Amino acid sequence: MTTGLLLVQILNGLQFGILLFLVAAGLTLVFGVMDFINLAHGVQYMLGAYLAVTFVSLTGSFVLGLVLALAAALVFGLALEFLVFRHLYERDHLDQVLATFGLILLLNQGVKIIWGAAPLSVPVPEFLSGNVALIDGILYPTYRFALIGAGLAVGLLLWFVVDRTRTGMLLRAGASNAPMVSALGVDIRKLFMIVFAFGTMLAGFAGAMAAPILSVEPGMGDTVLILAFVVIVIGGIGSIRGAFVAALIVGLVDTLGRSFMNDLLRLFMSAPSARATGAALSSMLIYLLMAVVLFLRPEGLLPSRGRT
Amino acid sequence: MSAAPALAETIAAPAPRKRGRLLLPVLLFCLLALAPLAVSLGMPAGWLALLTRAMIFAIAALSLDLILGVGGLVSFGHAAFLGIGAYVTGIMITEGQAEALVILPVLLGICALFAAVTGAICLRTRGVTFIMITLAFGQMVYFLAQALSAYGGDDGLTLYEKSTIAGLDLFSTRTGFFYCVLAALAGCYVLVRILVASRFGRILRASRENPVRVSVTGFDVTRIRLVAYVISGMIAGIAGFFLANHTDFVSPAFMSWQRSGELIFMTVLGGVGSLHGAIIGAIAYLIAEDALSHLTEHWRVIFGPLIVLFVLFTRGGIVGMLRRTGGGRDA
Repeated sequence: MTTGLLLVQILNGLQFGILLFLVAAGLTLVFGVMDFINLAHGVQYMLGAYLAVTFVSLTGSFVLGLVLALAAALVFGLALEFLVFRHLYERDHLDQVLATFGLILLLNQGVKIIWGAAPLSVPVPEFLSGNVALIDGILYPTYRFALIGAGLAVGLLLWFVVDRTRTGMLLRAGASNAPMVSALGVDIRKLFMIVFAFGTMLAGFAGAMAAPILSVEPGMGDTVLILAFVVIVIGGIGSIRGAFVAALIVGLVDTLGRSFMNDLLRLFMSAPSARATGAALSSMLIYLLMAVVLFLRPEGLLPSRGRT
Repeated sequence: MSAAPALAETIAAPAPRKRGRLLLPVLLFCLLALAPLAVSLGMPAGWLALLTRAMIFAIAALSLDLILGVGGLVSFGHAAFLGIGAYVTGIMITEGQAEALVILPVLLGICALFAAVTGAICLRTRGVTFIMITLAFGQMVYFLAQALSAYGGDDGLTLYEKSTIAGLDLFSTRTGFFYCVLAALAGCYVLVRILVASRFGRILRASRENPVRVSVTGFDVTRIRLVAYVISGMIAGIAGFFLANHTDFVSPAFMSWQRSGELIFMTVLGGVGSLHGAIIGAIAYLIAEDALSHLTEHWRVIFGPLIVLFVLFTRGGIVGMLRRTGGGRDA
């Protein structure tokens, strides 16, 4: 294990963590403010990726394609809100889980009908296609740096909106006590719609940004959704800061676990059994992490203020 | 507060006996018992296999109804128990131990242990967090099964032998297996029914209505829920045992999170908390799935919206609808 390899894996972990954060931020907002469990959030991430595939190849420009994909993802998300989610806010979690589960079945299959079951890809944009030299002459793709940068920028923007604007203040108030905010004369429906649109955009953005480095395929949102769940549970439901910290932890632990677990186990195990145990252990690592965190702090690492 | 006397009554007194309470379940089991006869009278033989599969999932849905319907705990990782049951069965058969009387105790022990450990962690949380944690534990088991390369890993494990019961080869004929599953389903149903009617079941139900009041009354809510969770996990494990014997194949897909979602839908489709509702829901679900998948390979495009519409526009599931059309208003 060289320093260069370790550095590359840390960067990979960061980049994965940033992607998770973008998905988890929307999910935790929707949860925190509306107490709404949206399983279809992962499908919106998938849709962002598919829309990016279509629009990038249609326009020939990555940036333009990304913007169009985001707009389309937003429109689609709002349509879903209007048709389905709006009627579920008052229902219990069980109904929400079921209805959004139905949407996942529909959309995963729908994507298969429209775009086919074979994995698709988006070319890395020309201006980001190079590599950056790290130490020891190890190269790291520029696009991945750009992804980390874009994710951090969005995170910063999110912090600014939530912590420094009036809408953000209402969001935080809504997360602490939605009925009270409503009683104080705020149009809670409008607030819900803003939150929801915001979350959808973030998930779509994550999907579109991930499209050039991951294969775009049906069901790609499901894996991310569950990891995003782990992230917001570890971070504390409704807390964006918590989601950020937890996403980076999960991204790093998962990536480093997968790449170094074997070597670690080899220190006190024979090679074949280390490989078998390593494979099992590294894919379970983040769930174990979650279990430990919850055992010690059932409310998560950084629970949002005002929630009990 | 109207909830107060209701709660006290729930714990103190057994539910008043109502005529007709037993009618639907008895009718259901009689119909199921006659199904092989219908096949010998000319129904296609594939029906029996479908019905067997439906009854296996009915056992799992029934176990979920105990914690979800009665206890109010929405577990989104229940397929894990189904998978553990199937994998224990598959691994033991592969290792040359096909006797059910050996497999079942091992299986029940492992399911109970897993339920006790994960339940102790999950039950520290409530609401949405509980849903997500059970989901995450389900995924954990899923990935564990994927990593079991000695037993097929991602590809799954094909079984070349069926289980025997006390040396008897009851599972080799379709009808024999059907009646074994039916007997197991009936046994589990009666067991859960007795459990729900007992003092324990009444406290469990009361803790769904108002956990704070129940704990103030002096009951340890978490411990009662944990016991229910463990029992539920063990029953789902039994369903896994039959599933492995039914498909002669075990794979990680048995415990994917979609499978957990399907189990929840079966329970809700039939009507939560009524127990026989879960059985009816599972049978209805599998028949609908079968019919739609014959119609088009993209059956999920139809099925997904059906679920959404069902959630938006119905209350109380199939049992609830039957009750309403029957004119009775008892809950």
